[in-house]
Amino acid sequence: MHIMYFTERPYREVPEDEVIKNRSFFGVPNRFFDREVGARLYNEYLDEAVYAEEMGFDGIMLNEHHGTPFCMGAVMNVEAAILARITKKVRIVLLGNPLPTLKNPLRMAEELAEIDLISSGRLVPGWVRGAGSEQIFNNANPAYNRELFNEAHDVVIAAWTRPGPFRWEGKHFTYRFVNPWALPYQKPHPPIWIPGVISPETVIWCAQHRYPYIGLGTALQSTVELWNLYGDTAMREGYTAGSENFGYLQQIFVAETEEKAQELGRAALFGGGAANFSRPEWTLPPGYNSKEATRRLARQASDYGFLGLTSEKLQESRDDHHGGDHHGKDTRGRLRRGEVGLEEAKRKIYGTYQKAQDGLQIIIGTPKSVLPKLRLIMEVLHPGIFGLFQAQGPLTLEQRMTSTRLLGQEVLPAMREIAKELGIVDPFERQPGSRPHITGTQRDSLVDLDALKRAPKRDESIRV
Amino acid sequence: MAGDCSEEITHLAGTDLAIIKGGQGKPLLVLHEEMGHPGWLNWHAALARERTVLIPIQPGFGKSRRVEAIRNVHELGLFYSWMLRDMNLAQVDVIGFSLGGWVAAEMAAANPRQFRKMVLVAPLGIKPPEGEIFDIFVVTQRTPLNLSVYDPENTPEFAGLYGGQRTPEQFEAFEDARTEIARIAWEPILHNQSLPHFLQGVSGLPTQIVWGREDALVPVSAAQAYKEALCNTETRLKIFDHCGHRPEIEKSAEFIALIKDFLA
Repeated sequence: MHIMYFTERPYREVPEDEVIKNRSFFGVPNRFFDREVGARLYNEYLDEAVYAEEMGFDGIMLNEHHGTPFCMGAVMNVEAAILARITKKVRIVLLGNPLPTLKNPLRMAEELAEIDLISSGRLVPGWVRGAGSEQIFNNANPAYNRELFNEAHDVVIAAWTRPGPFRWEGKHFTYRFVNPWALPYQKPHPPIWIPGVISPETVIWCAQHRYPYIGLGTALQSTVELWNLYGDTAMREGYTAGSENFGYLQQIFVAETEEKAQELGRAALFGGGAANFSRPEWTLPPGYNSKEATRRLARQASDYGFLGLTSEKLQESRDDHHGGDHHGKDTRGRLRRGEVGLEEAKRKIYGTYQKAQDGLQIIIGTPKSVLPKLRLIMEVLHPGIFGLFQAQGPLTLEQRMTSTRLLGQEVLPAMREIAKELGIVDPFERQPGSRPHITGTQRDSLVDLDALKRAPKRDESIRV
Repeated sequence: MAGDCSEEITHLAGTDLAIIKGGQGKPLLVLHEEMGHPGWLNWHAALARERTVLIPIQPGFGKSRRVEAIRNVHELGLFYSWMLRDMNLAQVDVIGFSLGGWVAAEMAAANPRQFRKMVLVAPLGIKPPEGEIFDIFVVTQRTPLNLSVYDPENTPEFAGLYGGQRTPEQFEAFEDARTEIARIAWEPILHNQSLPHFLQGVSGLPTQIVWGREDALVPVSAAQAYKEALCNTETRLKIFDHCGHRPEIEKSAEFIALIKDFLA
């Protein structure tokens, strides 16, 4: 099993009231940025990655967001390049570069090749469509989001694998001379993993490309459905999918005692957590989703937390459509209309703490108390890749490193044992897509439905 | 006034195009705005007494399927020119609203002889020298509609725009419209940097520009920019006070009189 360390690298000292007033981390005015804090945090995050390697993690996962204190990794490749040099053996896993927002995918191919070379082949690139707000920030036309994603991906792969020089004349990108000198260390190119938050189109695309799919904290029930969709697609593509094709990301915080963990772990809800990642109008710019996806989203909106969309926010969007005459009880809408104050909004946010834990949106405790929960996820999903996501919010470096140390010393070894027991293999142990499907046979079972029955029901309105 | 028009789908300009048609007499081409055709309003009915009002539904909106080859507003103009040829409409009078006004201006720049007279109502297309075009792509869909009228309380037709019913179907229709406009006019934001230059090449096309002084979507400063760009053709400018982006419903009577007089 490949276990990754992940943090959003948040700007942990943003005034919480500003986030709540703004109803979104994205778009908090940058006058609240302090260069001293920024300088310190970027370096702390690099140090934390090195520490995670020392504590036994197999990979460091990075991500990218723009214009938000939720995640300072606006240019993830810069951090990846530094990690390529200052770490020794961990995989540097990028989940992922927002391809549709790039104006120059050939340069992306060059940057990633350099990182792969500096790290002597430890890079795992990954691609995302980018949240809606990334399209707005980068002025990437949302109506062409899927097309831009596909073509940028094809440009990068061609630049890495097709002998140059050659010409690229696509719908969105034109290059007259593709011949990057520095090619990736790994052949034919670095392994690619794709993170997602439940879009079936992405799952099918991954299965067709034999790229592992990483569920970003998605509800177990819907994740199971996606795993099965991947497995069915794989079968049609002529191969058998297994645990090597899947990964899962889980937000977690541990401390020495239960009391301390519970006290500190509340930080994960800071500013409203992922539910306040963005506002509906920034999450769903025109054309960002296919018509089918928009309809589906309206039905099961609550599972899009990593894009900052919750059922409450969808309601807000619909209220706006209905002329703003809705006088319901949702706090966001009432906050916007000035009917509730910040204190009540905060009480509502922090009031979800226990429910968020009950539903596994976040796992908090001691190494001993978090393990059964992690085990349950592993039993249900059999993920070959497991990302442990450091809690958000105003936690100090020491508190974060304590959590990382306890995870490394006590939780990781236990997880590896469980993985062995469950027969979970990762993409480095078994090449994804390497097992041909034998026609007329059933595909492997990818999930454990009995274990799913034991899983707690998630309150979908809560997002951490 | 509903029921005075009908919608038909006709194969034109290489696609199946929905066209709303009403009235009788000499044809009047109406190019609708970026949210779609807002419904058959008083001004439509008033003009339809003397004119056949023809409102093609822009590809990608309503029952008109998207035409992938249209990738910007200039190309949308090429599409409508082709449509006019297929309909044997030469030297037609045209009135365009907001995005539709921008399309009419692009068509005039390409070939002013397509039109006899042109009316531009608060057109997009030119970057206002003062203020900014409202960015309709970063707000929820009703925001621009709510901003489009200066005094909704005293604009009886406002509540009836787009059927008045805020149904899920209308929600989806607005999403389709926004998607199509994003596709063709995302960048530069709802204008064409070259349009002012090419409008100087327009001659022999009497043009009436209409604007509301309190337009919150396309600042009124763009009215003067349009007038200056159309310097080689006879151009009149009417700015209504206490009026937003929809003079046709906010100053309905004056608007109808103005247009009737201009097109006479």
